[in-house]
Amino acid sequence: MKTSTTSVIKYAIATIFIVGVFLSRHFGIAPGIAAGRNFRDFALEMAAFLPLMFILIGIIDVWLPRSAIERHVGSGAGIWGSVWVTLLAMLQAGPLYGAFPVAHLLWKKGCSTRNIFIYLGAFATMKVPMLTFEIGFLGLRFSLLRTFITLPIFIAIAVVMDAALKSKGFVVLDPADERQE
Amino acid sequence: MRVMLIFTIGAVLASLLFDRRRTWTGIRRGIGTFLGILPDLLVVLIAATALLALTPESVMVRLLGKGSSLAGMAAAAIIGSIALVPGFIAFPLAAVLHQKGVSLDVIAVFITTLMMVGIVTLPIERKYFGWKIALYRNGLSFAGALVVGLVMGLFL
Repeated sequence: MKTSTTSVIKYAIATIFIVGVFLSRHFGIAPGIAAGRNFRDFALEMAAFLPLMFILIGIIDVWLPRSAIERHVGSGAGIWGSVWVTLLAMLQAGPLYGAFPVAHLLWKKGCSTRNIFIYLGAFATMKVPMLTFEIGFLGLRFSLLRTFITLPIFIAIAVVMDAALKSKGFVVLDPADERQE
Repeated sequence: MRVMLIFTIGAVLASLLFDRRRTWTGIRRGIGTFLGILPDLLVVLIAATALLALTPESVMVRLLGKGSSLAGMAAAAIIGSIALVPGFIAFPLAAVLHQKGVSLDVIAVFITTLMMVGIVTLPIERKYFGWKIALYRNGLSFAGALVVGLVMGLFL
């Protein structure tokens, strides 16, 4: 568990920022106060959600057999594999960077390249908790239109990525491995 | 959020019932990955909050323009790609922009790039995919978002 110099710098930036926010509040500097409020909203989303999600992924990782993923969403799974990853993505919540560790897990267990990018596309644009929010603020018509126009587009992106990466040895890394190097 | 909590606790308990050692391996692996991206995440969130704080709504309305236009869509795509806004802020913000006269196809581009393209999160994404794939995915999604806006324009 060595901490690299670059992460020390990153933590230092975070510390300076937090000190800056406290000073802004003390002296009433409006942009500083607003930045602090935004950061608190983000941090709550992150601090509450991500550790839970990573633990859940870790548990699924140790139990889920590779063969099951390979069979259902691997390269031989056909169109149903894409339907499955889309449904899986729709049931989730959180920011897109929360989908990358799941993409790593899917890749590790034998999910096809195309389905990994379909998963990312569906996660970004079709999460049900997010759609309820969208419908609430922008209306059902807008939300449905946007969803059904976006669906073929992210499938097309996945097909293009798949074709471009074919026989290139596509990997999804785990940042924890990089850290231990 | 509560669903996530219930799922995680349920999974950990079920896992503990079957195999304690394996459960710890899983939890350690999860926390290890979290700590692996934590420093990047902090810096990314700070950059995002600073940008958000420095860009008031009136500036956004001026950049996106009233009514539908290609320039508005391009501006929406660029702003949406740079900004990192959680959903519970993004949709109320989009509704406010619409009330102030920004057309819905421009808003569709803004929302789609917000969701699919992340320039500030590239340092995180490249840790999983490498720079090249991350840039490709974001580039294609940027173009895709513009298509979404143009097609939306036909229906609105």
